[in-house]
Amino acid sequence: MEDAGTTVMMNQLPFIIFSFIAILMALGTITARNPVYSVLCLILTFFALSGHYVLLNAQFIAVVNLIVYAGAIMVLFLFVLMLLNLNKETEPVKSYLWQISGAIAAGLVLVTLAGALKGASAYMVKGGPEAEGIGLVKNLGKILFSDFVLPFEISSILFLAAMVGAVFIGKREKQEGGANS
Amino acid sequence: MNAESLTPVDQYIYLSSLLFCIGMAGVLLRRNAIVVLMCIELMLNAVNLLFVSLSTYMGDASGQIFVFFIMVVAAAEASVGLAILVMVYRNTRSTNISFLDKIKN
Repeated sequence: MEDAGTTVMMNQLPFIIFSFIAILMALGTITARNPVYSVLCLILTFFALSGHYVLLNAQFIAVVNLIVYAGAIMVLFLFVLMLLNLNKETEPVKSYLWQISGAIAAGLVLVTLAGALKGASAYMVKGGPEAEGIGLVKNLGKILFSDFVLPFEISSILFLAAMVGAVFIGKREKQEGGANS
Repeated sequence: MNAESLTPVDQYIYLSSLLFCIGMAGVLLRRNAIVVLMCIELMLNAVNLLFVSLSTYMGDASGQIFVFFIMVVAAAEASVGLAILVMVYRNTRSTNISFLDKIKN
């Protein structure tokens, strides 16, 4: 009995480590006064979440998470922070009442979510042996280009719209700023 | 790694709930608009973790495809949101989230 317990513990050790890193760094993200430290903590959170994806046999999602989130989106945030020269602690602190009420609201949502999802594992159907390679590129690509081909194409239009929108917002503002100054 | 050696799905549910609520607390507590955007990314990632864990435990790959689309939307949202923030910073010289009060009138 003792031996089985330690085996389960050893199997869960990576999960515990990655969870600890993720929660700690997420707390660091919202508590760090310097926004650059927030970005770095968030990048470490994403690394821990990629570790979770590897543990869950979702290798493709793990790599995409690293490339897209830690590699692209977070670098974009870091660039904007450096560009605006916000890498200093200039943030005004919210009032005490706001902080207390925000923390209480988040805690209530946590209790509600945990209570609502408590019995969800009873509905889980364990994947069979075919679930082994479920997260590999071969399987995911087959599904993405057969069942989900229309959302895939629509997401490309979304990207085009986002790109045009970002360029348009930046460009128009520069012209107006030039006219005003 | 076979299915029996995986961590129980309940723990992933609790972990993603906790991460989501940490992100929500960040949105509520912080004044810097860039940090608020980052907390939104954190909330999206908590949802992604829930999708991937349930997809693995149910043996259905649709959840992982959905995570892929969430990443697409998050990338688009981050680029447009940061463009708007840079524009606001040029006008008001700050990224305090209370600039949203001014567009009320």
